[in-house]
Parts: sequence; C-alpha cells; structure tokens
Amino acid sequence: MKWFAGALFAASLLSLPLFAGDFYINLASQILIAAIFALSLNLLVGFGGMTSLGHASYLGVAAYFSALLTSRYGFGHGAAALISIAGTIAMAAFFGTIALRATGLGFLMITLALSQVLWGLAYRMSNVTNGDNGIAGLTRPAPFGISLDSAPAFYWFALIVASFAFLMMAIFVSSSFGSSLKGVRDQPRRMAALGFNPWMIRWITFIYAGFWGGVSGLLFVYYNKYIHPTSLSITSSAEALLGVIAGGTGTLGGPVVGATLVLLLKNYASAYIERWNMLLGLVFLFIVLVMPTGIVPGLNKFASLFRK
Amino acid sequence: MQFWIIQGLNSLSLGGLLFLLSSGFSLIFGLMRLANLTHGAFFMLGTYFAAIAMRTYTDLNIWVTALGAGLVVAAIGGLFERLVLTRLKTNPLGQVLVTLGMSFIISDACLVLWGGDSIPVPTPRYLQAPTRLFGFVFPTYRLVLVGCAVAAAIALYLLMERTRLGAMIRAGVDDRQMARAVGIPVSNLFTIVFCLGAGIAGAGGVLGGPILSAYPGLDADMLPLALIVVILGGIGSLMGAFIGSFIIGFVYTFGTALFPELAYIILFLPMIFVIAFRPQGLFGRVGA
Repeated sequence: MKWFAGALFAASLLSLPLFAGDFYINLASQILIAAIFALSLNLLVGFGGMTSLGHASYLGVAAYFSALLTSRYGFGHGAAALISIAGTIAMAAFFGTIALRATGLGFLMITLALSQVLWGLAYRMSNVTNGDNGIAGLTRPAPFGISLDSAPAFYWFALIVASFAFLMMAIFVSSSFGSSLKGVRDQPRRMAALGFNPWMIRWITFIYAGFWGGVSGLLFVYYNKYIHPTSLSITSSAEALLGVIAGGTGTLGGPVVGATLVLLLKNYASAYIERWNMLLGLVFLFIVLVMPTGIVPGLNKFASLFRK
Repeated sequence: MQFWIIQGLNSLSLGGLLFLLSSGFSLIFGLMRLANLTHGAFFMLGTYFAAIAMRTYTDLNIWVTALGAGLVVAAIGGLFERLVLTRLKTNPLGQVLVTLGMSFIISDACLVLWGGDSIPVPTPRYLQAPTRLFGFVFPTYRLVLVGCAVAAAIALYLLMERTRLGAMIRAGVDDRQMARAVGIPVSNLFTIVFCLGAGIAGAGGVLGGPILSAYPGLDADMLPLALIVVILGGIGSLMGAFIGSFIIGFVYTFGTALFPELAYIILFLPMIFVIAFRPQGLFGRVGA
C-alpha cells in the first residue's frame, strides 16, 4: 500500500508537465527549489538544534556568484556553478566557525547579524552587485546540450536535482553521523563524555547545510534569470524558517510540505493583496501559537489515533 | 583635522543612538532570555511617530514627542508581551519567531500607513545653529544627542543599582526561580522590563529622527546594528551595551567615511574578533 502510494506520487511528479499548464509547471519548479532550501535549513534547525536566521546567505551568495561569473566575467555555466558552490562552502565554513562559538539564541543572533551584513553589502556595493537594480539578463545552463529554457525542461531538471538532494539528505540524517548529530542536539555533554566532538559535528553539518543552500541558490538564479538583494534579506531567511517550522522540524517530509504551503500562500496571496510581509508576520504568530510542533507531526499524531 | 573631529562627533552621536536602541534589547535579553527581534521595529515606530506628529503640529517640542512616543511604544510592547509572549514561556524559539513576525507586521503597517517615501523629522529650531568650540564648528543637535544618551545611561544605571525595582530585576536575572521563591513577582517584572526596553527604543527613535529621518527599512537597518552591539558588548550587560555602542558608532562612521564600499565588512570585524577570543562578549558573564 505504502509502495503503491509512493509510486503513484513519483509518477504524478514525473508526468506533471504532460497535463499541467506552464503556470503550474513553473510554480512546481519554484516549490522544488524552496523545498531543497527548507530541507537544508532543517538539517540545522530540526536535526542539529541550531536555529539559524541567516540561511538566505547561502542561497543568495551562490546565486550572486553564479550571476556575476556568467554575466560579467564570461565563465561557462559549469565552471561558474563549481566556483559558486566552492565559494558558498568556504563561506559556510567561515560563518560556521564564528556562529558556532555560541549556541541557542546567541547562535541565532550571530547568524542573523552575518546575513544582514551580506544583505547590506549586496545593496551598497553597487559597482559589483548592481545594488537595488539587481543583476538581470542571466541565462540558464544547458547540461549535455539540452536547453532548459522551456518550463517542462526546467521542471524536470529541478526535479532531478531535488530528488537527489532529498535522497542525499535522507541518507545524511539516517547515517551514523546523523545519529551523532541528533545526539549532540539532545545531550551535548553526554556526547562529549562519550568521546564525540560536538563542535566538529555541528560545524560539518553547518557546512553541509550551506552546501545544499548553495545548490538551491543556483537553481533559484537559473529559474529567475535575475537576482536581487531581497534574496539575501531576513524575509527570505524567515520564509524558509517558517516553512520548516510550519511543516515540522526534524522530519524529512515536514520542510517540503511547509515550503510548499509558504510558496503557495505567497503566490496566491500576492494575487489579492500586496501586503506579503504583514501576512507572513501573521502566519508566524498563528503557527507558533496554534501549532507549535508543525503540520506533519500533527498529522502523524492524527493518523496514529486512527490506527489504534 | 576638521574632518576627524566632525567624524568623531558623528561617531559619538551614532553611538549614543545605538545605546538608546541596544540598552533596551540588552535589558530584555538579560531578564527574559529573549532575543527581541521587534526592537528595530519599535525604534522605527518612534521615528515615524515623531515624523508624523511634528509634520502635523509644527510647533511640537521634540522632548515632549520623545516622551509621548516612548509611552506609546512602551504600551504596544506591554500589550504584545502580555497577550503573546507570556503564552510562550516554555518555548524560547517560539518567542523569537513571534517577535520576528511582529516586526514584519509593524514595518509593513508603517509602509501602508505612511507610504514609501522618507519623512524628515525637523531639528528643533534652537538647536539648529552650530556650536563653536575650540575653533571648530559642531552641529549642536548631535552634541545634545550624545548628552541624552549619557543621561539615559546614568539613569538606567541608577535604576538598576540604586532602586528596589532594579534590585528585583537583578535578582530575576541572576536566578529566576529563587527570585520567585522569595516573593518577587517575576512575571510582572517581565512586563515592566519589556515596556521599559520598548519605550527607550521608541524615544530613541524620536531623538534619532532628525539625523536618520523616517523611512521604510529603518528597522532592518537598525536591528543588525543593535545585534552587533550586544554581541560585542556582552548580552544582558548595560555597560557592555554602552561601550559596544560607541565602538560600533566609531567603526561604522569612520568605515563609511573612509571606505564606503567596505563599511559593512568593517562593521562586523570587531564582532568577529570579540567572538573569537571572548564568546560571551566584552562585559558578558559566562552562562548568561
């Protein structure tokens, strides 16, 4: 039964472009990108117990790197992608060294401050980043000569990357390293007494999450063919964090569901009202006050009631 | 020479503003263990309040406005604390998220109510004439602003160290459960401190108005500065907020003047340095 449902879900994902219009295909691509981003944040928030409010840094920096390298310095997409990801990893390693000096609220404030600094940089260093105008006129890559300019082609590309990302992150959290990460989240002192190095485990996770954040950033800039400092803003980090928390931290499906809901809400709400930030704030209040554990754990509890 | 002196004064006045912003943040964090991300929005609310009030009533005194804005913002903060934050006592992460959501709501509401253009706050007329000291010319308002910050710092110090309320707050900071056990109403203290912090930020927003003017995004500009100040100075420490504010005031002003492109990077250098060698901040206590 479970396998059948899974196969049905996979088939409907694969065949979506055959029956849906371009608008919905593009929406689905955006959801896939947001899902990778939320999943990578969830490695920190859910499995590592490190609530970061600066995760947009990795998405934004990878996107800006790729945009600058391809549009201004004439790099090919392959080389640009490699350099962007390498740059993002290096930055995550550096930011991790700083932010992981603290835990809990200190960690949250440091990640927020660091990402705000990057946001300010993207705005003010206008001779490099083009400031508030953003960088427009970008192109999508053509892996193996296949153009990704049509909506279905890009969707399949994003689906392949997202499935791979999901698989890799699932393996990561169920590996023995993932178990030690959860151990460090719940009992850092006991783990240290057992001979684990909590700092190193957190740092590696931080870098790994930054890596997948960077991958989602590349997809993001390929999809939009445009990048603006807003991608680095606190709103962008907060949307992802809302997705993770609304969906349910520490689950694999939660962030995907949460990111989907936030993106749908954003798309449909912005058709009716302009006030996305206010709505985002209200949803934050609602989620935290009404379902603090998130939707997926809530539904699981609901389902287990029926199974009895 | 003139350049250095004027920039030095600008640094001092920015430092003073930052103290008005971050002292409340630090007080709230110290007692409530809550990173109040609404603080930038409270500051901005004060600035908008002044801009609108003084545009409507041109003869309004800025000190009265600061007092009024402080009270209004304190009331908003108090309501928020009573209605929302108290429900989340056992959920520190939820509290942070709620303050973040609240900051989105406030900044968007300001945008709806007062539009996207920046609104200037007039400098009081009797403070417009420059002051001449030792052969240099200083903008008077900035001098007065530094004086205000120092006065606020002294007042807060006296409040914390010399009054009964201050003693109760210090007891709550040191050991919340013990304070409860000896009959200190810690929940009421939470509300008082949250109101106080929000009120200082609101009044600070008014006083910063003539320099910054009210514009959308002011909150997002001020919040990281407050965060950097308290991380640098030590979270929860008044002295740390004071010293940290002036350090950041100098670093940011001179950074912007000398290397405008790199000002934002220079801004977080002192923070990285302090975190690397003293993670609890300059004046922070271990475990705080």
